[in-house]
Amino acid sequence: MNTPLNSFRNLPDERGHFGQFGGRYVAETLMPLVLDLEREYRKAQQDPAFQAEFDDLLEHYVGRPSPLYFAPRLTEELGGAQVWFKRDELNHTGAHKINNCIGQILLAIRMGKTRIIAETGAGQHGVATATVCARFGLPCVIYMGAEDVKRQSPNVFRMKLLGAEVVPVTSGGATLKDAMNEGLRDWVANVHDTFYIIGTAAGPHPYPEMVRNFQSVIGKEARAQMLDRTGRLPDLLVAAIGGGSNALGLFHPFLDDPSVKMLGVEAAGRGLDGDEHAASLLGGSPGVLHGNRTYLLQDADGQITEGHSISAGLDYPGIGPEHAWLKESGRVDYTAVTDEEALDAFQLLCRTEGIIPALEPSHAIAAVKKVAPTMPKDSIILANLCGRGDKDIFTVADRLGVAL
Amino acid sequence: MSRFASAFGKPRPALVCFITAGDGDTAANLDALVEAGADVIELGMPFTDPMADGPAIQSANLRSLGAGTTTADVLRYATEFRARHPNVPLVLMGYANPMVRRGPEWFAEAAAAAGVDGVICVDIPPEEDFDSPWALGPALRERGIAPIRLATPTTDSARLPQVLAGSEGFLYYVSVAGITGKQQAAIASIKENVARIKQSTELPVAVGFGVRTPEQAGEIARHADGVVVGSALVEICGAYGAEAPAKLRELTAALAHAVHTARQD
Repeated sequence: MNTPLNSFRNLPDERGHFGQFGGRYVAETLMPLVLDLEREYRKAQQDPAFQAEFDDLLEHYVGRPSPLYFAPRLTEELGGAQVWFKRDELNHTGAHKINNCIGQILLAIRMGKTRIIAETGAGQHGVATATVCARFGLPCVIYMGAEDVKRQSPNVFRMKLLGAEVVPVTSGGATLKDAMNEGLRDWVANVHDTFYIIGTAAGPHPYPEMVRNFQSVIGKEARAQMLDRTGRLPDLLVAAIGGGSNALGLFHPFLDDPSVKMLGVEAAGRGLDGDEHAASLLGGSPGVLHGNRTYLLQDADGQITEGHSISAGLDYPGIGPEHAWLKESGRVDYTAVTDEEALDAFQLLCRTEGIIPALEPSHAIAAVKKVAPTMPKDSIILANLCGRGDKDIFTVADRLGVAL
Repeated sequence: MSRFASAFGKPRPALVCFITAGDGDTAANLDALVEAGADVIELGMPFTDPMADGPAIQSANLRSLGAGTTTADVLRYATEFRARHPNVPLVLMGYANPMVRRGPEWFAEAAAAAGVDGVICVDIPPEEDFDSPWALGPALRERGIAPIRLATPTTDSARLPQVLAGSEGFLYYVSVAGITGKQQAAIASIKENVARIKQSTELPVAVGFGVRTPEQAGEIARHADGVVVGSALVEICGAYGAEAPAKLRELTAALAHAVHTARQD
């Protein structure tokens, strides 16, 4: 597809900048590797065999394309716009994370790397990474905050079953950002043989672009499916945002469709007025962390503050740099919903559609719940159902006061 | 003559000592290092997410922040150090986010006012250090502060000129591809890389990462203009608290002797 001159789809530039965001803020030890990774990724992009293998694995191993689903009872309950879901929770491993992992492990193999590392928050990216490592027979080390290891024990067990070594990280707040620090430390020390599969559209260039491109399969499929089913494009796209890869995957192929509005949903935790949230865009400010310049939760001295969300997958004090740019350019609107609202939306989808969503997309559903009633009945909302909720039933039971 | 030029201009290698600001009695610890023979001081600015550091310096960062250390405190330690030690070069070392939080101009101005000679920012590579409102190097140079860059075993000859362009003060050669305080590199590799770097620059080359003992420091000093010791000193700050200055003095004196006499045989 040709991109128009004033496209929203032609960033980053050659230095990995999305406007004033992105870039490559890493220590010198990593710099040559990050440059090498970019060269190898560019070659892979030009290689039809690479794309063919990616497509083949997505179809036969992941189970793509994922369905586009009209949610009749939820639509009726909300009494406004038609609500549709992109069903990426039906992917192998239960979330969108696997799309990116397939792409990155193919690149790792192409580069001759023999050891894989990754960070994980909720454990979905860790499970997806462990899965592709098992599939390709590569050893795998997953860094996970010790706090998240406790919150997400089923996923820890899954990773171990898949043959991964799970390393609990106790530094800092012992959550996702600390796991990412530890991943970067491992990479610095093992640059000769190790490939770091970053799980979200953040980190040093080319990761934000590369992860977005691998995840864009979501939006490409959804766009074609929607045109095929309804003969038109949706009016509004909605997706939850931690680092922001599922949202970019859905949004990016639609960015140059001016009639399509977009809403990214951050985690407001216990409320944006306090410190206990994970809304980097709405409650943070620009800074430099984990290889890129983006919006961060930080204090006046630039010390990073701990995010909070009921969803371990959104509990990150930064956000992918492309979202920072999309916010400043005004192309995408951003909002935030609280733990309580997400919990309500979680139960609403269970009850109305027979789908147990993960707590991450429950944030998107909570935003849909607010906005759908304000839109005409012939309008269409498409939300990304980026993960299934099996992993979250313990957290939800606990919050609802149910002993399992 | 700049303080760096006189510290590295002596007919013997220089000892560069690192501690984290706000971890224990910073003024007393710094005085101990200088009195025992440190030629250059690196003062670490604590950060919540010290990605290039190993467990020893990570813990020091968290101890310091836990004690409430702010950027204003770090600058105050620097100002007071300069008043007590007018001739010893002082380098601030840390990560981009605390340095550029109020803008590079603000930081460069504040560091200059505090009498700082050089700044090492671990995570702003040369590729990001120009033509943007938060490039730190240009702001530092404008105020006479040396931007000190790192070269590593992964910095090949094709890339080295880019690292050296705009570097001032000295070049910090990170001898291992890894984090601070871990294993030491083979001396042959250090010798070869320092020689390679010195072909491309007039700057003194100091070698660090993984240097813990006087023996190691002395061996490296035979081939380099300076030797940097950090984690071993930081561990003393962590283990001995108020008693740290005496212990720091002991180790630093041994390091200084080894480094200063390395080329006498």
